[in-house]
Amino acid sequence: MPADLRTRLAHVELPSPVLTAAGCAGAGRELAQFIDIARVGAVITKSVTLEPRAGNPVPRLAETPSGMLSAGGLQGPGIDAFLQRDLPWLLSRGARAVVSIAGHTAREYAELATRLSDAAGVTAIEVNLGCPDAEGGGRPGRLFAHDPASAGQVVAAVRGSGRWDIPVFAKLSPDVTDIVAVARACVTAGADGLSMINTLPGMAIDVATMRPTLAAVHGGLSGPAIRPVAVRCVWQVREALPDVPLIGAGGVRAGTDVLELMLAGASMVAVGTALFHDPSACARIQRELEEELLARGIDRVADIIGLAHQPAVFAADRHGRLS
Amino acid sequence: MAPVQVRGTVLTVRRVDAYIAMTVVAPAIATRFRPGQFIAIAVGGAQTSMLARRAFAVHDVRPDHGGTVEFVFAVTGPGTGWLAECRSRDVLDVVGPLGRPFPVPRDPASCLLVGVGAGSAPLFALAARLAERGCQADFLLGAPSADRVFGALTARRTGRSAVITTADGSLGARGSVTDMLATVVQQARTDVIYGCAPVSVLRAVSALAGRYAIPVQALVAEPMACGTGICMGCVLPVVGTDGITRMVRACVDGPVFRGDHVRWDDVGTIPFDALGAPGWKPRQPEAGHAG
Ligand SMILES: Cc1cc2nc3c(=O)[nH]c(=O)nc-3n(C[C@H](O)[C@H](O)[C@H](O)COP(=O)(O)OP(=O)(O)OC[C@H]3O[C@@H](n4cnc5c(N)ncnc54)[C@H](O)[C@@H]3O)c2cc1C
Ligand SMILES: Cc1cc2nc3c(=O)[nH]c(=O)nc-3n(C[C@H](O)[C@H](O)[C@H](O)COP(=O)(O)O)c2cc1C
Ligand code: FES
Repeated sequence: MPADLRTRLAHVELPSPVLTAAGCAGAGRELAQFIDIARVGAVITKSVTLEPRAGNPVPRLAETPSGMLSAGGLQGPGIDAFLQRDLPWLLSRGARAVVSIAGHTAREYAELATRLSDAAGVTAIEVNLGCPDAEGGGRPGRLFAHDPASAGQVVAAVRGSGRWDIPVFAKLSPDVTDIVAVARACVTAGADGLSMINTLPGMAIDVATMRPTLAAVHGGLSGPAIRPVAVRCVWQVREALPDVPLIGAGGVRAGTDVLELMLAGASMVAVGTALFHDPSACARIQRELEEELLARGIDRVADIIGLAHQPAVFAADRHGRLS
Repeated sequence: MAPVQVRGTVLTVRRVDAYIAMTVVAPAIATRFRPGQFIAIAVGGAQTSMLARRAFAVHDVRPDHGGTVEFVFAVTGPGTGWLAECRSRDVLDVVGPLGRPFPVPRDPASCLLVGVGAGSAPLFALAARLAERGCQADFLLGAPSADRVFGALTARRTGRSAVITTADGSLGARGSVTDMLATVVQQARTDVIYGCAPVSVLRAVSALAGRYAIPVQALVAEPMACGTGICMGCVLPVVGTDGITRMVRACVDGPVFRGDHVRWDDVGTIPFDALGAPGWKPRQPEAGHAG
């Protein structure tokens, strides 16, 4: 019998723990040419902003060993076009939409949450805190996700504006000294769950031109190169906040990677950069996950969430059963 | 037609002067293909550290083995280096056909096909399609040197005329295709120009065509990471029929663009008047929706 892949996103049940990561699958249209997106756990959409955004100049992407540096600048059509075109399309395909939102101020996030509350069919809101805080005391490059207080303010603003029955997930950055402090602030402010990790700040220099490779100079590092960082972040937050549902992301490209992040404590796992390499990655990873569960005699994927945290004696017992 | 992702077996790998021509068995891509479309190949094997797909214009499709796809490339880095090591019977992960093909005239017309380096590769399938429409094809091909002019012989054999330029003068006229463009356009009484070349050349071709009021269809081969439209890494400023400049994806809205729609001088930048550029404001004030 195939394993039961159902998992819970706060109070919403998803048919699979494999999601697409924000900004790596648009609003699902392109991937739908290759896979049935109704079978993906949910599509986390590209972070939507209030106004249309043209994004950063090219080069926006640079390939690095097992990774990708990106600085797209959140190019997108804005919330109006998103609600008119993208969301209805996703829903018409039977997909579940987790809408990622991004802004410069807590008020912008709140307005986005209000707009989404008026729309039917939003499964959850993911608050992308990886944006520069326009009111952040003028320190350039300071993101909401860098500071527990600003992160909490944004989450509280979203919680206060959105519908109570739409779960709110806060997306955290790994680029902090204490991710648990930010996680706690978000949960205290009303987040139903947490999403991690966003990209790590990085940079590449083209040795031929002797100039920074990206037009924006800095970019965010993603891909398998950052997976151990994601596992560590999920582990730490699960340890501190065992009851908070987590979406794990960072370098997932195979079924075993989903297993790893779920064992660390994630209830769901988002696939990002791997989609650039393999547009059918979600379907493949889901298949691989089923096989991995079968090989371990596990019937329900939900049973493995956070399992790696249990004391070693239980783990040894488990291993004994396997062999 | 929608692209597909297939595992295609390499049939042949041939050296053609400075290039490698590789043929892959991929019936689903071959039957869907129209000239100007491209494929995106995963390089480096199953556990590759190279996450970006490599894009190649399709040179030709053939019906043998159910359908094969041929592309032509030069080794310019680790991805193409890995591909060059592939041998017949190796299996490649290929996505295609991608992007918008070259539009072809409804009625017979005099067409000029301009290619630089490997950029000549997609022009031959186009020429065949144009011939079906009763169009004449003249070729203007260029490269730094003779060994990097792709398809000079085929161009001479199949084209109504073929002009070759090389920077070092080792084949044809010394110089670049843009030096010969005006002469060829006048002699051939060109009605429409098709081009596949670096942006600097496409810009010059579009500018000249503008002076003669000749439409240009330009295939833009700018860096891409996914080829499928999800990474947003391949954008360039293009003016829409509504007069608004948008940052559009070359892989989905292109790779073929109308030459007079691309803001060639602004490629690599976000023009201040592009939709959503910093400081950009919608023309009409929107209905208030403050929450
Ligand atoms: C629509 C299209 C059609 C193309 N057709 C051909 C063709 O027929 N023959 C051919 O030889 N080349 C073609 N190219 C260019 C080809 O994709 C690059 O030469 C190749 O990706 C280089 O990979 P690399 O690993 O060898 O080089 P690297 O320079 O190491 O590549 C590193 C990264 O940059 C990207 N990149 C670098 N240069 C280019 C480029 N010019 N275009 C796109 N991506 C680039 C790669 O995808 C990769 O992500 C085409 C590109 C596009 C977009
Ligand atoms: C090109 C690109 C665009 C991204 N855009 C967004 C975005 O709009 N919002 C967001 O919250 N995260 C965004 N991310 C971060 C991813 O959602 C994800 O958290 C991160 O890339 C790690 O996962 P991965 O290694 O599987 O890609 C983006 C990542 C990439 C590579
Ligand atoms: S190459 Fe990824 S969007 Fe065009």
